[in-house]
Amino acid sequence: MSINKQGEYKVEALKTIEMEEVHPMENLLRMDRMPHIWCPGCGIGLAVTAFSAALEKAKIDLNKVSIISGIGCTGRVAGYVKLDSFHTTHGRAIAFATGIKLGNPEMKVVVFSGDGDLISIGGNHFIHAARRNIDMLVICVNNFIYAMTGGQVAPTTPLTAYATTSPYGCVEPPFNIPYIADSSGAVYVARWTALHIRRLTNSITEALNKSGFSVIEVISPCAMYYSRINRLGDGLDMMKFYHDNSEIRHWEDTKNLDIAFQTPIVVGKFVDRERPTYTESYNKWLLSLRKTDAIEANR
Amino acid sequence: MKTKTKVKAEPMGVLTGTHNLNGSEACAEGALSAGCRFLGAYPIVPALEVCERFLERAKEVGATFIQMEDEISALAAVLGASWTGTKSMTVTSGPGFSLMMEHLGLGVMLETPCVIVDIQRAGPAIGIPTLPSQGDMMQARWGSHGDYEIIALSPSSPQEMFDFTIKAFNLSERYRVPVTVMSDGYVAHLRERVAIPPAGEIKIEPRRYYKGPKDKYLPFQRDDDFVPRMVDIGDGYSFHVTGLTHDERGYPIMNEECQEFNVHPLVKKIRHYVDEIIEVQEAETEDAEIVIVSYGATSRVALKAVEQARKSGIKAGSLKLVTVWPFPDKRVAELARKVKAFVVPEMNCGQIVLEVERCSYGNADVIFVPHGEKGVDNPDDLLSAIEQTTKEKKMRRGIIEYKQARGV
Repeated sequence: MSINKQGEYKVEALKTIEMEEVHPMENLLRMDRMPHIWCPGCGIGLAVTAFSAALEKAKIDLNKVSIISGIGCTGRVAGYVKLDSFHTTHGRAIAFATGIKLGNPEMKVVVFSGDGDLISIGGNHFIHAARRNIDMLVICVNNFIYAMTGGQVAPTTPLTAYATTSPYGCVEPPFNIPYIADSSGAVYVARWTALHIRRLTNSITEALNKSGFSVIEVISPCAMYYSRINRLGDGLDMMKFYHDNSEIRHWEDTKNLDIAFQTPIVVGKFVDRERPTYTESYNKWLLSLRKTDAIEANR
Repeated sequence: MKTKTKVKAEPMGVLTGTHNLNGSEACAEGALSAGCRFLGAYPIVPALEVCERFLERAKEVGATFIQMEDEISALAAVLGASWTGTKSMTVTSGPGFSLMMEHLGLGVMLETPCVIVDIQRAGPAIGIPTLPSQGDMMQARWGSHGDYEIIALSPSSPQEMFDFTIKAFNLSERYRVPVTVMSDGYVAHLRERVAIPPAGEIKIEPRRYYKGPKDKYLPFQRDDDFVPRMVDIGDGYSFHVTGLTHDERGYPIMNEECQEFNVHPLVKKIRHYVDEIIEVQEAETEDAEIVIVSYGATSRVALKAVEQARKSGIKAGSLKLVTVWPFPDKRVAELARKVKAFVVPEMNCGQIVLEVERCSYGNADVIFVPHGEKGVDNPDDLLSAIEQTTKEKKMRRGIIEYKQARGV
């Protein structure tokens, strides 16, 4: 900026500097699909941020990562991440991902979906994929409610919490997701709230580099439905509540991870173990059969 | 763009020679010959023999088999595997076929090539697992919600189980649509001689891959033949596909224009090529007055009935449907103008007969014969229906069912 002899500002001096604004995660997100559909105060975006950061941190070939989602708010994640991505039927993302993993064992498959999708309609696929130990990472965003359809009671809705289909308070005890995952055979189980970004990112990075069925539960506020019907304030209030009332207890027995209505939530890494994956076992079986055949042929 | 280039079968999967196989085994051999390397299924009578044969041969061929937790996930896994470039199929029977309807729809929407083998058994619900039936024929066409076109083949012998399974894979790759092989418990358990040709003589339709620059790939950009090009997962295209109504990029767009853009080609890509897809086998239809329209197991007795009817001086002919869906509308309409009546034997309470009646436009009598009570190989019911039809003087309306033929 400069002033001439008459004391006037020179107009050209006020020209703005043209800067190309680049989103820090542009190479991982489908910018042509922005803005996304998630409400202000929702935690899914944070989970995606953590996932994107983890993808960079894990230093894996992004061409060999595929993301599969089911239906629901979290089901839309696959559409915003710039990977080979599939938005499949309600609850069946894990089954679809199983096919991808077996069809091309080089792929790292990530299932990114919600609690209703993975644990209710997809509950059967969840426990069986864990039992088989299919090499995949499941990120389950738990917002305690069916949000896409307008706030119905979910298998994770805490007792006494309100939803449109539980107008007098939820009477069904909820599932404890880490406990299901652990008892079904998952090799890595962790839980964080959406505001634990750094810890969540580290957990996802760790799980991405682990082979076997890994489950990470992300407790996320639903500012639009769960919060409003239960009078819990806006998204940020809930996010802070979850974060401030969480207790980090690594290696806690997954039996003790039940979530009650607006009470402290235990977070941390609960399970990290080794088991042969389905692909490893299947290939071992194929190889051993071929060997016995070769021995018999030589006789 | 029409691709006429065909590749030959990979020799590893082809068990060249003449074998004594049952329909299920022949189906598994057909799949392996066609290059199928992934079978996802859930055990069900009478379809599990296909899995057992496939698994037996998997170790030699290097194929993958997985027994999923239900039929829903079986077809989901098949669709997933197909996107990795692995030819995939599943096999099931009635109750499982019902569960698969969800992903038949997803397969249509994602335009995923795959093969579904349905070894039909008596229904509804659990029905009789061991009783052959043709009760899923309409379900194969209309089972999943929304508008779509589908291809269904119906084999009548172990040899056809082998041939049609290969044909099903070729059609599914050509038109990018799930293709169903509608067999039944009778054909699946029937043991006959099956000739498997050398690999060099088996024509395989290659996958229609996209070959342009990576950043220009649009998963649902259609050629002038309405069929979009595919890429494999893991090849660096970073593509997105969704079961929601989507545009060329595969991104969900929720408006009527996009619905039209998305769904009309799913229908058009089949309807436009019906002449290429439809295959029928005709016998003595040139001078026939009565034509038996049959498919699958019932077509085995149709030829027998034609032969016997001709002996007793009745001008009978046979129209066997190789592809039941899309239905050969034109040919049936043509014949309807020439013949007196169609006789349709089916192992159900009347399904494809509805199509025959629709396509005859009132120009010929349509007689339905519930088949199978006296044995699948017994043409008596069919013959008596033909004989009674010849005695009728007047043209009748609607579908006629002979109570006598049923023995009631």
